[in-house]
Amino acid sequence: MSLELKGIEKKIGEETHIYTTDLKFEKNTINVLLGSTLAGKTTLMQIMAGLDKPTKGEIWFNDQNVTGVKVQKRNVSMVYQQFINYPNFTVKENIASPLKITGIDNQEIDQRVSKVADLLKLTPMLNKKPNELSGGQQQRTALARALVKDSDLILLDEPLANLDFKLREELREELPKLFKDRDCIVVYATTEPSDALLIGGYTATLLEGKVIQHGKTLDVYNKPNNLDSAKVFSDPPMNIANINKKGEICSLLADNVTWKTILNLRDGNYKVGIRPHNITTYKEGKNSIEISGKVLISELSGSESMIHFTNGDLNWVSLSEGIHQKDVGEETKLFMNSDEFLYFDNNDRLVGNV
Amino acid sequence: MNKTVNQKAWFFVIPVFVLVAFNAIIPLMTVVNYAFQETFGNNQFMWEGTRWFKQILVSERFHAALGRQVLFTLIILVIQIPLGIFIALNMPKEGIGVPICLVLMSMPLLIPWNVVGAMWNIFALPDIGFLGHSLNAMGFDYNFTQQSGDAWFTTILMDVWHWTSLVVLLSYAGLRSIQPAYYQAAEIDGATRWAVFRHIELPKMKKVLTIAILLRFMDSFMIYTEPFVLTGGGPGNATAFLSIDLVKMALGQFDLGPAAAMSLIYFFIVLTVCWVFYNLMMRNESKS
Repeated sequence: MSLELKGIEKKIGEETHIYTTDLKFEKNTINVLLGSTLAGKTTLMQIMAGLDKPTKGEIWFNDQNVTGVKVQKRNVSMVYQQFINYPNFTVKENIASPLKITGIDNQEIDQRVSKVADLLKLTPMLNKKPNELSGGQQQRTALARALVKDSDLILLDEPLANLDFKLREELREELPKLFKDRDCIVVYATTEPSDALLIGGYTATLLEGKVIQHGKTLDVYNKPNNLDSAKVFSDPPMNIANINKKGEICSLLADNVTWKTILNLRDGNYKVGIRPHNITTYKEGKNSIEISGKVLISELSGSESMIHFTNGDLNWVSLSEGIHQKDVGEETKLFMNSDEFLYFDNNDRLVGNV
Repeated sequence: MNKTVNQKAWFFVIPVFVLVAFNAIIPLMTVVNYAFQETFGNNQFMWEGTRWFKQILVSERFHAALGRQVLFTLIILVIQIPLGIFIALNMPKEGIGVPICLVLMSMPLLIPWNVVGAMWNIFALPDIGFLGHSLNAMGFDYNFTQQSGDAWFTTILMDVWHWTSLVVLLSYAGLRSIQPAYYQAAEIDGATRWAVFRHIELPKMKKVLTIAILLRFMDSFMIYTEPFVLTGGGPGNATAFLSIDLVKMALGQFDLGPAAAMSLIYFFIVLTVCWVFYNLMMRNESKS
């Protein structure tokens, strides 16, 4: 089983929503579409589902061309950001709704509904209506509706975005388990890099209607093939600085910070991408480099401190474990872990990550 | 906690209280006053107790007017609510058609009630009115000033023309607020058009439709100006709805006591029906 997009393009009027895209998702995988709002995640999913037609290109499922085949005939289910359930049905009727049309006998429907309800911890609410449930429970019902059908393709369009923090964490941990032993392809759209890392599987990074990179989630995270992919897969945003390399010495163009590199690159100017958690108030790794700056803001959350500072003409973001109180305007020293640097050439392509 | 008692907030309620007193409570109390007494003018009043109420409740004239009123309101609701929903479902959802339709729909609502009555009176005149003349030319024996069936037909047609737009606008607003994802989910489930209407659109429109039904019920149950101008309650008493009959009794015959009692009963009926209906519709809503 596989889902393949071959040269998909989507235009509405003159405006291109999806640029030519090739993607292949394999059986029993979870695939994350990672990108900011308006990156084209929803459009891409609707094309995959058959809710929308591509302007160009073909969709192949199980080595069959399904372009233009209607959604009802594709055995697809979808969960949305909004909690979509039939308002006048009980939870039980809602979960059963995708099965009613298939002509499965009532006894089996009941069995499958109670199994899925159990899995999603909905059993106590089976006879309630959606508007009597909390947001989390409503979304669980929507998930149950998607799971009960044994679809070949399950599409999740930012399913956690409208939930409050605690419910989101809770459901996010359950999600990978829910899909683990299912014979299907799962596609999960999100704006949050942490979602992708937690869910694992495969990730495709999207920017302005283009798929930038597709591969195993950790590979995409560790080796973004270009600067855009690295930016999409970094939250808080990645720090990017221009550097000069001469011999084995690298130096920031805007400051006199230097470090040694073992990278085999021609001498010249490059860009370095540094994730915020690799700039800390304490030394980390063997090749720690000191950087000084003026504090702009320090944000403390329970167990982490985010310190924004300026160095040269750049604004930097650092993320350290623990509570580190810094005053605004204070001159401070931080440490960069140069083992985790990502080097890009002037065309924004990754040239080295050591 | 040391909270000081401060009653100044009550001062802010006074304007509302005065306003409501002048436009509702005081006039209503005057009516209550008349309903329990007999008057011969010169401000002479005699206590009559519940005599007028008893008289009205068994009066055939009241029963007939109430019957006409209930029938009229039922016909109005049965026609206007489904028709309004139907039009709203078929209105364009985007493009230049939207403002055009909305403006066209609001037009009848902007015309004063007595003007509507006068317009339809002229429009329906059998000899010179466009409607009346056309109907007669087509071979129908149509004369709303002499045949009660025709009078009813014209009154109902006028009300449908005047007020269906209100239901359309409310339903349209309700439909527009349904997120597209609902329709997609239904499409994925393979739901029929009817199932989409029955299980998504209708439940999602429940609140606006409740308001639409309430407004249409109240307005049509209390209708006065339009039939007064159109038919004057005639021919005979054929279109003398409750309020028309009430005015005849109060100002035509100057039976102030019975008329006041009838007003209160009338008021009570509208209030009760609205209250029961609203609570029935909202009993499962907004528990959270």
